[in-house]
Amino acid sequence: MSNGMSMAPAIDTTRLTRHFGALVAVDALTIAVPASTIFGLLGPNGAGKSTTIKMLTTLLAPTSGSAHVAGADIVRDAPRVRERIGYVPQMLSADGELSGYENLLISAKLHHVVSAERQTRIEQALAFMGLTEAASALVRTYSGGMIRRLEIAQAMLHRPAVLFLDEPTVGLDPVARRVVQDHIREVRRESGTTVVMTTHDMDEADELCDTLAIMHHGRVSATGSPASLKATVGSEATLDDVFIHFSGGTLDEGGGYRDVVRTRRTARRLG
Amino acid sequence: MLSAPAARPGVWANAGAAAHFVGDTLTIAEADWRKLRHDPVELLVRAVQPALWLVVFGQVFGRIRDIPTGAISYRDFLTPGVLAQSGLFVAIFYGISAIWERDLGVLQKYMASPVSRVALVLGKGLSAGVRGVSQGVIVFLLSIFLRVDLRFELGAMVGVLAAIVLASAVFATLSLIVSCLVKTRERMMGIGQVLTMPLFFASNAIYPVDLMPGWLRVISAINPLTYQVDALRSLMIVGGTSVHGLGIDFAVLAGFLALFVAIGSRLYPSLVA
Repeated sequence: MSNGMSMAPAIDTTRLTRHFGALVAVDALTIAVPASTIFGLLGPNGAGKSTTIKMLTTLLAPTSGSAHVAGADIVRDAPRVRERIGYVPQMLSADGELSGYENLLISAKLHHVVSAERQTRIEQALAFMGLTEAASALVRTYSGGMIRRLEIAQAMLHRPAVLFLDEPTVGLDPVARRVVQDHIREVRRESGTTVVMTTHDMDEADELCDTLAIMHHGRVSATGSPASLKATVGSEATLDDVFIHFSGGTLDEGGGYRDVVRTRRTARRLG
Repeated sequence: MLSAPAARPGVWANAGAAAHFVGDTLTIAEADWRKLRHDPVELLVRAVQPALWLVVFGQVFGRIRDIPTGAISYRDFLTPGVLAQSGLFVAIFYGISAIWERDLGVLQKYMASPVSRVALVLGKGLSAGVRGVSQGVIVFLLSIFLRVDLRFELGAMVGVLAAIVLASAVFATLSLIVSCLVKTRERMMGIGQVLTMPLFFASNAIYPVDLMPGWLRVISAINPLTYQVDALRSLMIVGGTSVHGLGIDFAVLAGFLALFVAIGSRLYPSLVA
């Protein structure tokens, strides 16, 4: 980025912790995400990925520990964090009852993009995401891949320093998935935005991410580039092997009922 | 640590907080207004209930000469009550849409944006006001058709709009508070039902407060709907009078709104946590 942030990490957390009653969802998490990289957060359901994203996007207060996102403290300076991030939740957050253009317009206004810039940026975003022709159609008529592209465009209108994508390709067919992945790469290349994403797709993590952190029971069990992680496990290892190795390899994790319902609902709406 | 806030081109970094607040509140309401424009059928469907109240209930109860409605007929007495009720029935279920937006992820996105929580809640209130006004227009048209003795004065009509917007915002923010506490659509649906009937019947909407037993009068006196109807009766109907005075009516409604927005903006973030 042009503003001198490239040297400092885009995100750093220090013993970031969140309890839910007796459950420790995130346990003394300490990570640093270099600026202008794509950072993948992996782990089984219930490992603490979503809770981590919620804390970093200021939706949930930590129980203890601290974190800085794009230079601002997530607790003391939450409004500043919100100015500097873009967020695409796992659920389909584009409004189906509005057109693609209207979704972008509302996002631009809520992120305080000046009125003189709004039209240009919306048109650019639509062209960039290949949605110009569908701009005036209601989003509920869009395909899953179109909705995801629209959502990423919405989250990028105010040129955030950090973009959070929670399972951006879940439920998409292989072609749509490929298109969304290409756009994530493009976003990073064109704007230098740091991308933090979660995924269950190991091929995607391998191809897309510069750095990975594998979470297990609220802690980071391994971190590094996909290549270095594979080398740690074995010379022939795939990222699947890495995942199984560092997340305990057991089937009894499962995730909560609500997680599963939410993922299925998202998948159904995308499909 | 990272450098000082970097200038972000094309973003209102230095606009006053007040300007942002007003703009954000209007934008939240604008999103709802645009949805309503895409689906105007919803408005027509919602017109059925007030029409039934005016035509069926009003015609029958108008024959009971014993209801003391002062200088005006029962039909004229009832009309502001039905107008207020039609707005109440829409606004009191607003919390369901908040939970729906949480389930869709829309709310998470709003909460992670620079919009203040107060603007998010007030914007929802305002959008309920917009719906309330569109309901009001329908009841107004119905009343013309039913030959209700309406006041067609600009000042009074502006007052009617203000009372509708304010009261709809009061009930929508109350609903939002409840939705933050119960957290599921199903529960909210039930509680909405439980809330509407006491609010409606323990008010001056369909009969004068003087007919009520003492305990019900106490509830009526702390019921925002009473003050809305009281204001509407004097602003809408020729010869209609306000028991409390318009100043008190609007002050009470504004007070409720301030209270509910303050509580709602504290609780709203808990929906996405």
